[in-house]
Amino acid sequence: MALRELLSGNEAIARGAYEAGVTVATGYPGTPSTEILENVARYKSDIYSEWSPNEKVAFEVAAGASCAGARSIVTMKHVGLNVAADPLMTLSYIGVEGGFVACVADDPGMHSSQNEQDTRQYARFAKIPIFEPADSQEAKDFLMLAMEVSERYQTPVILRSTTRVSHSRSLVELGERKAVQRAIGIEKNPPRFVPIPVWGRAMKQKVTDRLVSMAEEAERSGANRIEVRDKSLGIVTASMAYQYVREVWPEASVLKLGFSYPFPDSLLREFAEGVDRLLIVEELDDFLEEHVKSLGIDCQGREFIPGVGELSVSRLRGSRARMEGREPTALDKKFAEGLPARPPVLCPGCPHRGIFYALGKHDVVVSGDIGCYSLGAFKPLDRMDIILCMGGGVSMAHGFDKAGDRRKVVGIVGDSTFFHSGITGLIDIVYNRGSSTIIVLDNRTTAMTGHQDHPGTGLTLMGDDTRAISIQEVGRACGVGRVSTVNPYDLEETERGIAEELAAEEPSLIVSLAPCPLRERRRVGPVRAIDSDLCKGCKKCLLLGCPAIEFDGDVPKINRHLCGGCGLCEQVCPHDAISSGEGN
Amino acid sequence: MSGKVTSVVFVGVGGQGILLASTIVARAAMLSGHQVKTNEVHGMAQRGGSVIAHVRYGAEVFSPTVPKGTADAFGALEQIEALRYAHYIASDGLAVVNAQSVVPVTVSSGAATYPKDVADRLGRAFKRLVYFDAGERAMELGNIRAANIVLLGALSRGLDLPQEAWVKAIESSVKEKQRDLNLRAFEIGRNIG
Repeated sequence: MALRELLSGNEAIARGAYEAGVTVATGYPGTPSTEILENVARYKSDIYSEWSPNEKVAFEVAAGASCAGARSIVTMKHVGLNVAADPLMTLSYIGVEGGFVACVADDPGMHSSQNEQDTRQYARFAKIPIFEPADSQEAKDFLMLAMEVSERYQTPVILRSTTRVSHSRSLVELGERKAVQRAIGIEKNPPRFVPIPVWGRAMKQKVTDRLVSMAEEAERSGANRIEVRDKSLGIVTASMAYQYVREVWPEASVLKLGFSYPFPDSLLREFAEGVDRLLIVEELDDFLEEHVKSLGIDCQGREFIPGVGELSVSRLRGSRARMEGREPTALDKKFAEGLPARPPVLCPGCPHRGIFYALGKHDVVVSGDIGCYSLGAFKPLDRMDIILCMGGGVSMAHGFDKAGDRRKVVGIVGDSTFFHSGITGLIDIVYNRGSSTIIVLDNRTTAMTGHQDHPGTGLTLMGDDTRAISIQEVGRACGVGRVSTVNPYDLEETERGIAEELAAEEPSLIVSLAPCPLRERRRVGPVRAIDSDLCKGCKKCLLLGCPAIEFDGDVPKINRHLCGGCGLCEQVCPHDAISSGEGN
Repeated sequence: MSGKVTSVVFVGVGGQGILLASTIVARAAMLSGHQVKTNEVHGMAQRGGSVIAHVRYGAEVFSPTVPKGTADAFGALEQIEALRYAHYIASDGLAVVNAQSVVPVTVSSGAATYPKDVADRLGRAFKRLVYFDAGERAMELGNIRAANIVLLGALSRGLDLPQEAWVKAIESSVKEKQRDLNLRAFEIGRNIG
């Protein structure tokens, strides 16, 4: 019997890359996609893998490898594909040699994302195939299938996962790595690889024709299957929604799509003709439903299936009730009424807390970034005014400045996101005579996604030492005249550093430098305690929003099991009631 | 639907060891010959927020997440999180709740208040409730971090998996140095209730 293992969808995609004979894998971390590449890195004797500075670079590196003949994958979350959209659209034109699969994970329900976009739209936009696994076995199988389709039609292919596919575990049969012998080296063939208009027009025709033959393949593909049960209701579905459908409508016939674009029209028609009523159950956009309707097939979908947030068995039970004219059974949540919310928070000992606390002393606009520091938007820190996208904090700060906001503007960026897309914004500020203050929250890692290395850490994904690129030197090379470094655990130094740069009438870069204690797995300093005899109950320490400082109406207490030992509370306390001695 | 699917949820605060507990259930079920699916939380929700992990096993499992109102076993490492997710439990499900509170920042900052009637609400929310201080029992072994496994031990009494599957699952899920501690923590829990 084949070896079976309980794998997450992401581990299974990595396994698929290994078994498919992939030799180059790249990506940029982003929940829920991150563990794909982390697991690929375990096959380091067979696969070269790297964290690239951003998704566009990652996409291009994998595309280059593929055009040179290697089988390659690139991994990212849904919003990462926006960053890589430029190479995606034209790689579709020039095509690939070795198989190329972009593994993209959507986040319906926005568990850890700033939006809820549907990656299937990119497949249609770029005119390339998309595969949608519904469990870990399919995640592995479809990656391998996608690789073959990619080579057969010389096209990039998208493998679309979702949070629930990526982070659910189920049993997967393991196979051997396929020996793929491919000649490496790009052939000299400019009409094939150079999309200047004269050749690009021919490419557009090829892309359009290719869609027709790929649709024929999708019709026959084992990844799309009809399950015949009761014919009074037929459901077309894909991805995790399939699993929910099987529980909510166990008696219904199902057309399960795995190779879902180009649309398998004959299969859709055949299925629709065999059932009395047709329902489309899909997560996020009405991607399938719009198409099925455009074929002139009568169907229902969005009127019963929610299009905002992720689906679940419970939500679809509500949909079924509404379809059948029943009142959905309301869930009894009375025991949860009035409970205090528990949003995610900056960890105890987090260095970002010092910066946000210090920024609270100034009347400034803070334009933020995507990372742990997004949590600085919550009360009591409440020091993030706007967030757009990675690197956006830097360039948007410049926009506020040029719009004539009377307040000083501070742009926040992380260390990983500085390399991702903060540098170009910084160049813009210098070039176009801005005066924003940019703070890099440099915790020496990509923390939110689980501590990945980046160009500033001196280590590669494969564990090799490399030259650590200095953020301060990059800042100076971009033309910033005022580059400084502060220790965010020293509030006085941090507050002074920020005040000085805000006063300057030129661009400045402050690097707030302290490694993430969660990654270092140690306390920053000794555990602090509050002396209740000295404590006056002023609650100033609570303004730090530290989860280790507990208060429920009496005097604040420090939970010694949680305390990160950063000492910020000791510096904030006006009554010297907090120290590393034994409190009570 | 072929055969009964058993559903288990663990709830608590990010960092309390929910993932290890749910991994052990999944492995024990797998070793007992079941099909298994799990779901866990990554990313933002792990930063001290409210978290839930799902495990389902049986002859054929579709959804990896537990539908609300169907959990046969419900383990909570923090008591107000038990109330927050109480609607996941089936009417005859077993709830094991750690009598411990982690005060949320919303309470510390004065934006919300911690409910005073937690024990009372728990008694009304769960028909079959085991309510004890798992951290205190773990401290008997000298390590409060084993509270999750003590809780798992108590919860295991509500699941139809054999003792040897639990032992093997624990042994394969923790580092060798931690094996003895975790097996003892599990035994302490299994004798509660």
